[in-house]
Amino acid sequence: MMATGSPQPDPAAAEQKLAADLRPVVFRNVTIGFNGPPVLDRIGFSVAPAETRILLGPAGVGKSVLLKLANGLLRPEQGSIRLFGKEISHMPEEWLFPLRSRAGMVFQEGALFDSLTVRDNVAYQLIQEMVPDEEIDQRVRKILGFVGLEEAFSLYPSALSGGMRRRVAIARALIRQPELLLYDSPTGGLDPITCTTIIELIVKQRDVYRTPSLLVTHRLQDAFTMCTHRYDTEQGRMVPLPQGETDPNTTFLMLEEGRLIFDGSLRELLHSENAFVREFLE
Amino acid sequence: MAFDTIETTAKKLVLTVQDYSLFAYRAVTNLFRPPVYWPDFLIQSDIIGVGSVSIVVLAGLSTGGVLALQSAATLSAFGAAAVTGQFVSLTMIRELGPVLTGVMVSGRNASSMASELGSMVVTEQIDAMRALGVDPLRKLVTPRIFSTIFMLFFLTIVADACGILGGGAVTVFMNHQNGTQYFSMAWEHLRYPDIIQGLVKPLFFGYILSSIGCFYGMRTSGGTEGVGRSTIQAVVSSSVLIIFVDFLITQVLLSLFPHL
Repeated sequence: MMATGSPQPDPAAAEQKLAADLRPVVFRNVTIGFNGPPVLDRIGFSVAPAETRILLGPAGVGKSVLLKLANGLLRPEQGSIRLFGKEISHMPEEWLFPLRSRAGMVFQEGALFDSLTVRDNVAYQLIQEMVPDEEIDQRVRKILGFVGLEEAFSLYPSALSGGMRRRVAIARALIRQPELLLYDSPTGGLDPITCTTIIELIVKQRDVYRTPSLLVTHRLQDAFTMCTHRYDTEQGRMVPLPQGETDPNTTFLMLEEGRLIFDGSLRELLHSENAFVREFLE
Repeated sequence: MAFDTIETTAKKLVLTVQDYSLFAYRAVTNLFRPPVYWPDFLIQSDIIGVGSVSIVVLAGLSTGGVLALQSAATLSAFGAAAVTGQFVSLTMIRELGPVLTGVMVSGRNASSMASELGSMVVTEQIDAMRALGVDPLRKLVTPRIFSTIFMLFFLTIVADACGILGGGAVTVFMNHQNGTQYFSMAWEHLRYPDIIQGLVKPLFFGYILSSIGCFYGMRTSGGTEGVGRSTIQAVVSSSVLIIFVDFLITQVLLSLFPHL
């Protein structure tokens, strides 16, 4: 007599699938080349809930491209990208908008709308959703307070410094409490004091709201500061972790010539035998 | 080598036409699916329509005046100076009103659309908009296209009226002819088919100039130099296409309705 009925599901495989579905970002063998040699070649990694991944690499290695792939602004030539559990590599543009609105992105130069005030920039999504003006004003003031820019409410981006623009861009990314944050070189081209302010904001977001994030940078000191500090809500500032401790949810990725050559913790990064990693660290 | 160049150029041209067709199709069909950003339609109507009134009035007055000046001498030679009004009104309403308005508005607005959207592309503002979950085609392109179509229709009427007025002023004050005769000839020989022909054209011209302006703006690459290039391409392509499509529409209308 032949056995009938559907095959029994494999519990381990089901659990693995569930874990993968819960990860906000999953890259598998992703390649993109813009009709030329690959800029990114067979990249695979994921971002877990509440995890902050810092993507390191020299300028021009494809870090920003990777970030744009993560929320579907670019499409891979090969491989699969899952955003909030949905396969987006071939998803029609129209279906991507609702997914993207769940993620916040901070662009390299801020990418603020220069014909709109800071208030309208920060509230851009809320304005499109027809949220009442009083509520918008209240939420914008609150988020501008979070980034320390309450006084910039009515200003235009042209009246702001580079660091202030970057902070407005962070406020715009945070206003709807995103489920994922993508930072593209948030401290690039800024002075050390402003860099620290921006990193403090990112650490604050990480430790207060536990938002998973992917941060692109080529500045090692910023990456190490994020790993070795936490945000103290009582003191209202970033404080160093005890000697030898690092934030367990902050991990590293490193790119070299389009290939992912490192994926691990700060400790593993510091003890890596890879020649390029060693050179980059030194 | 030469064949390679021809092949590459032909492929690029076909690809551009394909991209433009898809772009224009999506921009138009967006009007029938939510979300539709109605406030942007009003803002763009003000910028495109109200903002272009002065140039359209000036162009209309001058063109009507020139038509009256140029035609008076020839018509007088045949003893037909009395039909100057008919000549100016028919020429303005059937041809010059729509074409001149299309070309003038194209120079002003196709260029502004291409440069504005192009600047937004090169400064990543378009990517930022997409990242915020807002479709730039719905938010920026669809309102511009429909506002231009709507406003160009009325701007053409303004240009027609100004052209006839300009022709009248020249007829009375420079050619020293009878004004009542000019305006009665302009009015009496006007038929509905003339008006229909003149008012169908701006609908096409508005679509052409706005969709081309937005198309070149949205596909800008190469920094500020690219913005300049897109602006030139937008104005040149839309102006040439307006004149070419004018010929086609006239031909089609005259074939379909010989009494026009």
